[in-house]
Amino acid sequence: MNAPEKFLAKPAAVKTATGHSHFHESARAQVAGAATYIDDIPEVKGTLHAAPILSTVAHGKLRGVDTSQAEAMPGVRAVLLARDIPGDPILATFVHDEPIFAIDKVEFIGQVVGVVVADTVMQARRAARQVQLDIEPLPAILDPREAVKQKNFVLPPVTVRRGEPEHGIAKAPHRLTGSLEVGGQEHFYLEGQVGYALPLEQNNWWIYSSTQHPGEIQHWVAHALGLPNSAVKVECRRMGGGFGGKETQSGHIAVWAALAAHKTKRPVKLRLDRDDDFMVTGKRHPFAYDWEVGFDSTGLITGLKLMLAANCGFSADLSGPVADRAVFHADNAYFLGDVEIVSYRCKTNTQSHTAFRGFGGPQGMIVIEAILGDIARALGLDPLDVRRRNLYGIEDRNVTHYQMQVEDNILAPLLAKLEQTSTYRQRRADIGMWNAKSPVIKRGIAITPVKFGISFTATFFNQAGALVHVYTDGSVQVNHGGTEMGQGLNTKVAQIVADELGVPFDTVRVTAADTSKVPNASATAASSGTDLNGRAAQFAARQVRERLAQYVAEKQNCDPKQVIFAQGQVSTPTAVIDWEQLVDDAYHARVQLWSDGFYKTPKIHYDKHTLTGRPFYYFAYGAACTEVAIDTLTGESRVLKVDILHDVGHSINPAIDIGQIEGGFIQGMGWLTTEQLVWNDKGYLATHAPSTYKIPATGDVPEHFKVELWPEANREDNVGGSKAVGEPPFMLAISVWEALRDAASAARGGQAVRMDAPATAENVLKALKL
Amino acid sequence: MREARASPNLAAIFVRESTILNRMEAKTIRFIRRGELVSVANVPPDRTLLEVLREDLGSCGTKEGCGEGDCGACTVVLGEAREGKLDYKAINSCIRLAHSIDGMALWTVEDLAAEDGTLHPAQEAMVQCHGSQCGFCTPGFVMSLFGMYQNHVCKNEPVTRELAQEELSGNLCRCTGYRPILDAAQQMAQLPPVRVDEASLVSQLEELAHKRDAMPATGAYLAPRTLPQLLAARAEHPGAQIVAGCTDVGLWVTKMHKQYGQVLDVTQVNELRRIEHYDNHLAIGAAATLTEAFEALVADRPQLKTFANRFAGLPVRNSGTLGGNVANGSPIGDSMPLLIALGAHIVLMSVRGHREMPLEAFYTGYRQNLLAPDEVVAWIKVPRSTPGELLRAYKISKRYDDDISAVCLAINLTVKDGVVQRASIGAGGVAATPVRATQAEAALAGQPWTEQAARQAGTALRAQFKPISDMRASAAYRAEVLGNLMQRFWLESQGLEQINLERFVMPASEPASTPWIAGQARNDNAGAPA
Repeated sequence: MNAPEKFLAKPAAVKTATGHSHFHESARAQVAGAATYIDDIPEVKGTLHAAPILSTVAHGKLRGVDTSQAEAMPGVRAVLLARDIPGDPILATFVHDEPIFAIDKVEFIGQVVGVVVADTVMQARRAARQVQLDIEPLPAILDPREAVKQKNFVLPPVTVRRGEPEHGIAKAPHRLTGSLEVGGQEHFYLEGQVGYALPLEQNNWWIYSSTQHPGEIQHWVAHALGLPNSAVKVECRRMGGGFGGKETQSGHIAVWAALAAHKTKRPVKLRLDRDDDFMVTGKRHPFAYDWEVGFDSTGLITGLKLMLAANCGFSADLSGPVADRAVFHADNAYFLGDVEIVSYRCKTNTQSHTAFRGFGGPQGMIVIEAILGDIARALGLDPLDVRRRNLYGIEDRNVTHYQMQVEDNILAPLLAKLEQTSTYRQRRADIGMWNAKSPVIKRGIAITPVKFGISFTATFFNQAGALVHVYTDGSVQVNHGGTEMGQGLNTKVAQIVADELGVPFDTVRVTAADTSKVPNASATAASSGTDLNGRAAQFAARQVRERLAQYVAEKQNCDPKQVIFAQGQVSTPTAVIDWEQLVDDAYHARVQLWSDGFYKTPKIHYDKHTLTGRPFYYFAYGAACTEVAIDTLTGESRVLKVDILHDVGHSINPAIDIGQIEGGFIQGMGWLTTEQLVWNDKGYLATHAPSTYKIPATGDVPEHFKVELWPEANREDNVGGSKAVGEPPFMLAISVWEALRDAASAARGGQAVRMDAPATAENVLKALKL
Repeated sequence: MREARASPNLAAIFVRESTILNRMEAKTIRFIRRGELVSVANVPPDRTLLEVLREDLGSCGTKEGCGEGDCGACTVVLGEAREGKLDYKAINSCIRLAHSIDGMALWTVEDLAAEDGTLHPAQEAMVQCHGSQCGFCTPGFVMSLFGMYQNHVCKNEPVTRELAQEELSGNLCRCTGYRPILDAAQQMAQLPPVRVDEASLVSQLEELAHKRDAMPATGAYLAPRTLPQLLAARAEHPGAQIVAGCTDVGLWVTKMHKQYGQVLDVTQVNELRRIEHYDNHLAIGAAATLTEAFEALVADRPQLKTFANRFAGLPVRNSGTLGGNVANGSPIGDSMPLLIALGAHIVLMSVRGHREMPLEAFYTGYRQNLLAPDEVVAWIKVPRSTPGELLRAYKISKRYDDDISAVCLAINLTVKDGVVQRASIGAGGVAATPVRATQAEAALAGQPWTEQAARQAGTALRAQFKPISDMRASAAYRAEVLGNLMQRFWLESQGLEQINLERFVMPASEPASTPWIAGQARNDNAGAPA
């Protein structure tokens, strides 16, 4: 349906690599089982396997650990606890608040107290469960609202305020108050967390890690071992999915494996069992909200006070920037003139919640969409009209609550086009008539927009490096600081480099992320992979090209600008030469055929104390129209129809971009419908496997699922005119939740609907009665 | 069968395994792969096929995603010669015991491409449709597609979107949103065909079977071929762990870390693989797979098709057996409420003889039943459909496909002249065992079939059961929905359509939407100096 090119069509002769739907650079290997993931790497002789020892209590004093039974079990080589750490026993996280192994207290069920090392995976796992923990239980806090009450925070609260929201609410002809709970989300990368640590000569280390951030793994491992960063090399060819779950969380696994290898002086691999992965690693932050809004009779917001309580779990991890991004995106696409947003970073006795596609953005956006939906129902207006009424303006009403001017706003024409192509108005009328006659099933429809800020909010992360090597036969290798997790980064980078050098796509190969090649790379996160690394690689390739152009120009007696590199050939006004021949000639003429490249995003700045500035280089936009049906007897629901119009700028690879949009949407739909994390009253995560935690399956995808790309290039100078695409489409799925609320409202005669997320059958049925 | 997940909860984490099992010798596993005989010796009886593939054979193309048969990353295809024909099944290798494939043909993702690297249509279509992103689920999808290729494309049956969704429901992908994979499923028939040389494979398998039949069923992995052999083995080795597809016991191994020194596999017993059709009932052998058993049930009662498809995913239905599901007796297993509503009986056999009882009488408590140490579940006898029978099986879960019921309710009424002649209702997820809803049945029997009667039956359902709250649903929700499902049944019995989202058809009132052209023009500026 959204296949960008006719099935089985042979690619036509094309001039450029970018702009075309090249297959994923690993696709042929992946379908043949020949793509290597960490656990597939042939094991070095003597490799041992580690398994974690988990806390069974949500909060308590760790009085003692008895490892004697575990140590007596077959195959067991060692049991490591905090005392076995040669370096700092605290992980090298930003806030420095997380012990590598629990030291004198435990703070969630699943916290790792140590690891067992054994000859086989199953021996290690079996023995890990025989380690006896002596824990004196203490009261646990499991709910973010309780944490707010007790002022139990991982980081201090943050308030962003503009104008006089109290006055804006007081003077308004209409007011509403509300609250909402939105659940977290397990990443469920198909490849679980895995790390493989190999001790090398002279206390050097080689770490294979399935990670989005090799540089951080390097730093954490070095820190734990008490070594300089230069002693540790981290490599990752690809991940079997990341979604933010391997930004920091992969670091723990690598550190544990390295410590085990350090103690046993043997290579050690640690691959978490899926259930342990659920129990140990952090998830998307669950949020709780309270709000009060004033608005006029057209639905225009005149004042808003909003409280966001982020459930951060037991440590800070990335909760600061996640909660910040929620604050930044609590406007979504709408101008909030008089507004106060209070953000709490709640400490609870659960897994330490972490990055997940959108990184707080979804949790910020959903509440403003909830408020606008409620306003529309309170006034009896079409929610699309209320949304439109509140959009950022072009000339005025165009400054965000964090003082950034929105310069590239395309939402008004984008929404207008989607409204028309999805036949939204007609369908809304049809659905109304149909609902009136349908006794059990009610349908609903919603269009919601997305405006998502692109850049790491920590400005210094917005830098990247790359290396381009041209070999004497003309073949090209590129290496960059980004990581491949399925998003197609390596494919896009190869396309960009191919075009820069004017060679066919197949000439360029991308190699594994490796801290010994490009150092100090930022995490592949914040949708920034192609923007940063693609540009760095482009610059590296450009330097090689310019050297070659200089060489050709001297020989041909022309201006270097007249040397054209295209389609594997190099031409001047007087001659044409094959790329391979030129490279060979240049090599013999001692021209440097490789180069580095470096890029830093321009224009951005941001004061983290006042939360003001221009944290984002640009915004990515999109909108979705979703139609659903609910069963008023059971609360079950179905997504019936989805139309998406999304802005990726000029697409470097339409198939990959559409893949990100579709995949992001379905993942977002899962967050808001079937994916429910349930902690019991002891703080035990009861949904810790795919048997109990349900991500969308094939049957959940609507047959009508159409994606169109907005045709305009990025208005900022970005690689190939493109825009970042990893995260923004995730939030298009808020339209699913709003459509479900629309259907529930229809079942309630148009009344207001309070529906907590995820909208499981139980939550939908509850919403029909509140 | 693995509907009752043996979740490795923390209580289980501290179950101590005091005995180091005295391991018996298991015989060499032999199977055909890439046209060649593969022999693997000294494999413990409780070692999984995935472990043998990845750790013993170094075939790392097949992935472990969850280790419990729920994600499908480990999917491989098995071939069995049955009556001279090859029977292909996609199964989960992570919870399948390696010994169970002795005598079969095996394909993994590494076995499909030609020697020269030419991809199989199941693979090529995935490439062409951009069906892989991170690629970790891909080997499993490719193998499910290969299963579909052999079972449908090679038989000139079209692969529709609906069929693709059904047969891929046991494979999870977290990247793509599935659309390109569904496209690939529908497109692979357009690619140049590739055929398995079935004749030579069948003869290889028959030769293998011939050798194996000559050997006695002894040792650590007992896989008797006949019913008398099975009963003798059961009597002789009451301590052996019975497996009948292993889609639940597999989790006891991978998640609860149990070790079994001896395993008794019932799935090779010829008599018990049969499904026999009699005038008044079907006799489903305990070794018939869930796929085969549901096929027979659906043939008799077509309205059960969706319910059957919603039972786990295809790879689990292809391994798991109805007998195993019933013997396991999980209160959240979906087959029991249906079988109870259908009035099924269970037949137990031992060297001492056999006995038969209504299914609900078999269960004595949470995962407890009347099976004696020398007995096996042999048959499930299911009465045939009768005229005037109103039958529906409802399943409420968080996800439609491949999920476990929060509530399962199967209602079977015979209404004659507006009066309920017979009411038979089975319920799951509402008590410690699968149960018969006797109070609702009593409320209905002999009553006129009216909305009022349905309401009273709903009240009786809520009165009889005191469900628990857990991660699937609260007690209050389960109780409410029990009654509401009776209301749904009433409405369906009155011919109302479009009241159940399980088979909702999009109303066609809207004008057809404009065809959209996805993608966009190529970008001539890309790559130019910025």
